[in-house]
Amino acid sequence: MSAVAADGVWKYYGDFPALRAIRLSVEQGECLALLGRNGSGKTTLIRILAGLLGAQQGSVSIFGKDPRHSSAREAMGMLGHGIGVYDELSAYENLLLFANLYGVKNPGECAREWLQRTGLDHVASSLVREFSRGMRQRLAVARAFLHRPSLFLLDEPFTALDDRAIALLQGLLLEARERGATIIMSTHQLREAMELATKVALLNRGKLVFEGPRPAEMLQDPTWLYRQYGEG
Amino acid sequence: MRFARQTWTVAGKDLRSELRTKESLNASISFAVVILVLFSFAVDPTADQMREMSGGLLWLVFSFAGALILNRSFARELGNDCLDALVASPVSPAALFLGKAFANYVLLLLVELVTLPIFGVLYNTQWARQPAMLAAVMLPATWGMTVIGTIFSALTVNLRMRELMLPVIIYPMMIPVLMAAMRLSTILINGEAIPADDWIWFKLIIGFDIIFTSLSLALVEVVLVG
Repeated sequence: MSAVAADGVWKYYGDFPALRAIRLSVEQGECLALLGRNGSGKTTLIRILAGLLGAQQGSVSIFGKDPRHSSAREAMGMLGHGIGVYDELSAYENLLLFANLYGVKNPGECAREWLQRTGLDHVASSLVREFSRGMRQRLAVARAFLHRPSLFLLDEPFTALDDRAIALLQGLLLEARERGATIIMSTHQLREAMELATKVALLNRGKLVFEGPRPAEMLQDPTWLYRQYGEG
Repeated sequence: MRFARQTWTVAGKDLRSELRTKESLNASISFAVVILVLFSFAVDPTADQMREMSGGLLWLVFSFAGALILNRSFARELGNDCLDALVASPVSPAALFLGKAFANYVLLLLVELVTLPIFGVLYNTQWARQPAMLAAVMLPATWGMTVIGTIFSALTVNLRMRELMLPVIIYPMMIPVLMAAMRLSTILINGEAIPADDWIWFKLIIGFDIIFTSLSLALVEVVLVG
């Protein structure tokens, strides 16, 4: 059973087909870098996999279950364009909230542990609206990781991160991969992505034009795949 | 057990956020007071006139002021894409809805509790002659308003003109529960016993609550995810 499988997924915005017959499978423990230019459908595909959007045609399964099934959502850690934490709550209250929603055992202890891991323990009781951008991003990373997901859905996770947050996220993703977690990330930061990816998929105007193991050439030249498919 | 914990977690989060910022609570209470004051300038009601219109005026104020709170219910999730984080989490959509509805309910009741004495002073009305019966009408009628407002707040959350759209949609939907609450409140504020014929209004409120709470719980996932 694949960790993530999409079979013939179509998604329209009005008459515009944002995704066209996407067939994709990602096995447990794999790290898929989802590549494509702006508007190619990466975010739409990730939102469908996360159960935030419905597909008009086709089906999606997460560990064999519908993405809206509670067991599928328990297994997911999602990091989207927004940080997904509340400005009017403190860092600790935000993590405690999500630890409770995910049914984490000892939610208070878990929240404190992740504040420490992300270097935010000294501002645990400060409101998020008082945080710098980098601190907010680290808190978002903690929010996505605190329930030890076995599947990460990351939409451009390295965009606008500062050096410290990039290093933190890469370290956590490597650790997650080592414990067998599956990772799907859409990104334009090819160099960072290629260090983690075991598999690559390229979307072009809603079509999946390449899916396979990460080509060795991409380690030296991350834009190699784009050029092969005439998008250089 | 898990459903109750999720519901309580969502309600607690919304109440903590609102009580910390008091954005919609202050706006709602101020709006309610402004309506009451302006209306007291517009008419100089006699005791007889007040007997007729007390319940109607009160529930119009509650529903207008309440819309400000209901509008913020799901809109507060838009900042930082928190709605995505909530919907992607394993929280049951029904628990998410109920949690938000409970938080809205508490806030609406707070607005009503503050508004009632001001209404009494401005209109020289002894509204607390039958407090238990008045509460027995206000509690379920406010729940009816809350349920309608919360589900339509979820439906309109991604609309550009949601501040306008929500009242346009919810007021027609609230007509039955508002009519019943107005009628019963007028009777109770005037210190009269509810006539046997008018108990149908109370049944209407309870029926409204059951139907729209059930419908909202069943439909909320479709509303949020499509």
